[in-house]
Amino acid sequence: MNGKLAIVGDGDSIMVFKAAGVATFPAENEAKAREVLRRIAKDYQIIFLTEELARPLTEYLKRFDEQPYPVILSIPSKNGSTGYGTELLKSAMERALGVDILFNN
Amino acid sequence: MARLNVNPTRMELKKLKARLNTAVRGHKLLKDKSDEMVRRFSAIIKENKKLRDEVEEELSETLRQFSVARSVTPAYRAETAFSMPSVAVGAQCGITSVMGVEVPAIELVNQKHSDGLPYAYSEITSEADYSVEKAAGLLPKMLQLAQTEKTVRLLADEIERNKRRVNALEYVMIPQLEETIKYIKSKLDENERAAVIRLMKVKNKA
Repeated sequence: MNGKLAIVGDGDSIMVFKAAGVATFPAENEAKAREVLRRIAKDYQIIFLTEELARPLTEYLKRFDEQPYPVILSIPSKNGSTGYGTELLKSAMERALGVDILFNN
Repeated sequence: MARLNVNPTRMELKKLKARLNTAVRGHKLLKDKSDEMVRRFSAIIKENKKLRDEVEEELSETLRQFSVARSVTPAYRAETAFSMPSVAVGAQCGITSVMGVEVPAIELVNQKHSDGLPYAYSEITSEADYSVEKAAGLLPKMLQLAQTEKTVRLLADEIERNKRRVNALEYVMIPQLEETIKYIKSKLDENERAAVIRLMKVKNKA
């Protein structure tokens, strides 16, 4: 199956990916991002979403965890990483294993 | 532990014994499955952590750099320059199975650089070229991260579900069945003794 790539985020962070050949969908706030996601989730298999937008949409994004596609990956925006990705990782690990094997500090 | 609501007969006893047998065997299998999934999960999550750290660092760096580079060109010019990409990237999306869980397998395809960059060199500063190049170079890694991260999430869900099944068998089903079997056995023994005593009494009277 041929998959398509998309990126959702604020204008500055996604422009560079447009030049790299990824379909871009600007979204300034969480409501807009939600609407964009609903629209493109069927057509794009891999969607990058900036952390600022992904964080308030955590509950909404859970519904995509049931199936292999689409894959929604949170990425840092131009303001740098907020640690959201690591948090997700940690919660998945705690759910599955019950112990912390990566960040034991 | 509550026992099941069944008639204490030999038929039921036989049926329950068969069910207990199945439950024990199922429990063992599921437990093995759970152990193996946890083992794989630990390996994958370690990889995921490594990838995420790398991608986050490089991407933040690239975006920051791009943001600076872009700021020297007027916004509308940058907008037009970048709005006509000459390359199109796609991904081969397959599905593989990890312990019976369907997970995505992604591979980057047709990333062809026709003549390097999609805009005239005079429009944009060279730092921006560099960032675009770097962002394109990051894509394979980001796709790999997308794949592993999804796998981690799907696997975590499955492990959780499986754990619940194992626990339900271990702490509910099996004790219940054992208790009921014991109850039926004692009831049958009781009946037998009653029958013997009755016979003895009847014989004495005659």
